[in-house]
Amino acid sequence: MKLNCFLACLFLWSAVVGLCEVGKSIESPDVERQIAILQAVGQEGGGNERAKSALRKLEQADGRSLLKVLEAMEEAGNLGLNWLRAAADTIIDRELAARRPLPLIELGEFLLDARHHPRARRYAYELVARLAPEAAARLLPGMLYDPSMELRRDAIQRLLEKASGENSTQEATVLRTLIYRQALGAARDVDQIQSIADELRRLGQEVDLPRHFGFLMRWKVIGPFENTSRLGFDRVFPPENEINWNADYLGRKAAKAKWLDFVTDDEYGMVDINQVFGPLKEAVAYAYAEFESPEAMPIELRLGCKNAWKIWLNGDFLFGRDEYHRGMRIDQYRIKGRLKPGKNGILLKICQNEQMEDWTVQWQFQLRVCDENGTAILSQNRPSSPISAGAKNTRSAIQ
Amino acid sequence: MKKLRTFILVFIVLGWGNALQSADAPDLQSLSEWRHFRGTDADGIVRSGKPPALLNKGKHIAWKATLPGRGLSSPIVVGGRVFLSCASGVNQDRLRVRCHSIEDGTLLWERQFWATGRTMCHKKTNVAAPTPASDGKQIYALFSSNDVFCLDLDGRLQWLRGLTADYPNASNSLGMASSPIVVGNTLVIQSENDSESFAVGLDVENGKNRWRLDRPKAANWTSPVLLQDAADTNRKLVALQSSKGVSAIDPATGKTVWNYSDKAATIPSSVVAEGILLVPSLGITALRPRSDSNEPEELWRSSRLRPATPSPVVLGGRIFTINQAGVLTCGDLRNGQRLWQLRLKGPFSSTPVGWGKYLYLVNENGLLQVVNTEPKEEGVVVSQMDLAETILCTPAVYGGALYLRSDRHLWKIAEP
Repeated sequence: MKLNCFLACLFLWSAVVGLCEVGKSIESPDVERQIAILQAVGQEGGGNERAKSALRKLEQADGRSLLKVLEAMEEAGNLGLNWLRAAADTIIDRELAARRPLPLIELGEFLLDARHHPRARRYAYELVARLAPEAAARLLPGMLYDPSMELRRDAIQRLLEKASGENSTQEATVLRTLIYRQALGAARDVDQIQSIADELRRLGQEVDLPRHFGFLMRWKVIGPFENTSRLGFDRVFPPENEINWNADYLGRKAAKAKWLDFVTDDEYGMVDINQVFGPLKEAVAYAYAEFESPEAMPIELRLGCKNAWKIWLNGDFLFGRDEYHRGMRIDQYRIKGRLKPGKNGILLKICQNEQMEDWTVQWQFQLRVCDENGTAILSQNRPSSPISAGAKNTRSAIQ
Repeated sequence: MKKLRTFILVFIVLGWGNALQSADAPDLQSLSEWRHFRGTDADGIVRSGKPPALLNKGKHIAWKATLPGRGLSSPIVVGGRVFLSCASGVNQDRLRVRCHSIEDGTLLWERQFWATGRTMCHKKTNVAAPTPASDGKQIYALFSSNDVFCLDLDGRLQWLRGLTADYPNASNSLGMASSPIVVGNTLVIQSENDSESFAVGLDVENGKNRWRLDRPKAANWTSPVLLQDAADTNRKLVALQSSKGVSAIDPATGKTVWNYSDKAATIPSSVVAEGILLVPSLGITALRPRSDSNEPEELWRSSRLRPATPSPVVLGGRIFTINQAGVLTCGDLRNGQRLWQLRLKGPFSSTPVGWGKYLYLVNENGLLQVVNTEPKEEGVVVSQMDLAETILCTPAVYGGALYLRSDRHLWKIAEP
């Protein structure tokens, strides 16, 4: 009998404790403390243990704390963002499971305030779209130039659907052309830009893709230097020490290496080193471009390259990578840098290896200068873009 | 009162019984659960349950769940639930870990994260290529972007790592695909590529490095495998394969126990059977580890068993490989002698799984083929089922059911 009473008490105590835990909600200052712990998570797993404990507490926060969690994304690094997202997810799951309303109006206001972190705003949008789809659909067209590239992409997609629905009367063609122009002005994703440019060209319009992307088209190129056994990647050749247009150096197989002008007319800014030196193997080349900026500003140098490479901005080494022939695409690498006012020098080292397969012939790169959203930043003295073969064909077809 | 007593006793027995069971869980449950790429022992062998051999699409598709993103990682089955990873978004930078009900495929939970590393991949593969791992208590989801997320079985984040933040050049422009393995308190990850190559043992409690090893600078998509230490029956080793060969390491410390240095493939992974490590090296090379630290004994080598993308599997004392042309080759495990070949409908990326006398093979077009391997002269295709979608993943098998996924769907295939 005593055992029965003891077990019954144990059972009831467990149930009460369990219910208290479920109903417990942490207070506002504590929410902020826990959020700060998630924001502070660092490299090598530093802060994971504290973050786990903070997350367990944040999971008890009420629905109103959701906005604080989203606001905190502004001050978080990439790892902290994921911790905060996990906190937001669990709060939402719990509130929805308990059939408690989420602060949708406040979430909508948060979404409309472009000062918040783009990912936090996208998160808010998806939540609004899930709970109030009509409201989200109505807000989307206003996000054509949104700092969140995901929101912008969806808004552009909506605009393109509108354009494709227009008929073929003269007025409709004018309207469609203008819609595509508007969409192109907003578009930052390569696939959208390409499809919009195709539509505009079908309508007889010119499109300057190098300018839209901000590809650098005019280069000085020097080489070839040795890259036997891939040792050239780490070896320092003279262009890494000085930029002197008049100098010549001892290059690969004792040949003279001199700076040469090279202009690409490829719409996507492809600089084909094989066009300069022939299809060489085990060779290094350097390419240099000048970029004039009105002021100091942060930039992204976005590189596509399937050869090993290194990059310097104004003599400062930014990044390098010794991977060969594993694929290439526009914006393959995003390298952060800072322009100074006036003339800036961008130096690239491009290494070709020893592989002989058909798919290892390419010795090339494409580089553009843009902001963190992919919006082109153009050199002040940028001349008009060279006309590419593709654009020429389109133009003659129009004439 | 008697009823209350009965109720309490049932509660106590069930509750405490579960608690006791969880304490023993890794040994008992791991026999039947499917916790890694190619199962808990990473060998592709089904040890419990009876998956259907005579497949019938109308009868055996228990359920089909829609997925919101791409992936070629395998599902895993832990705690009576199915877990898998996928990636969505124009740049595949939305990483998802999902948990589905084993009963009807209902989504029980999903957690999303943002990729912190590079997401560029060859169009055939994608960011959700590595199969998640589990120790029965937690799920460890690794992505090609070098992001690692540890969640409990209810989807609560325990820790995370962005390995590209720590090692900025650890990436492959074609995509990474090595699946992690968990041994004791260590999650072993191979992040091997042309530029910044390493293996790392993460503490399963907090995600911090227990050790880190420099690895050969070359792209490598193979996965680590478990191996019994020949010198210590209480210790499991992990075999790390690369273009240079194989290194057997102590997963607790990362220290190398022995090396095999005669090259190895970088796509199909090794498999262990009957204490022998079968390495895709110059065909297949069978190695028996020694009890000292010397190179393992080479038992045999056969260039006629050379595998293409799928890893080898051992069933009933015979080794099976699939070549580029979709030909299944059967070899004798004792000497590597080729016994027979059978042309299947390929091509294959998925590794076969074996149960009893049957091999289950799914080709890239989603055609699941069951081969009876018993006949001495040649295997026989006994049934097939066309799932009609691109499938690159290796099946998971649990409770007599096969779990397969494409970029769009997750299937359970079982007897009704």
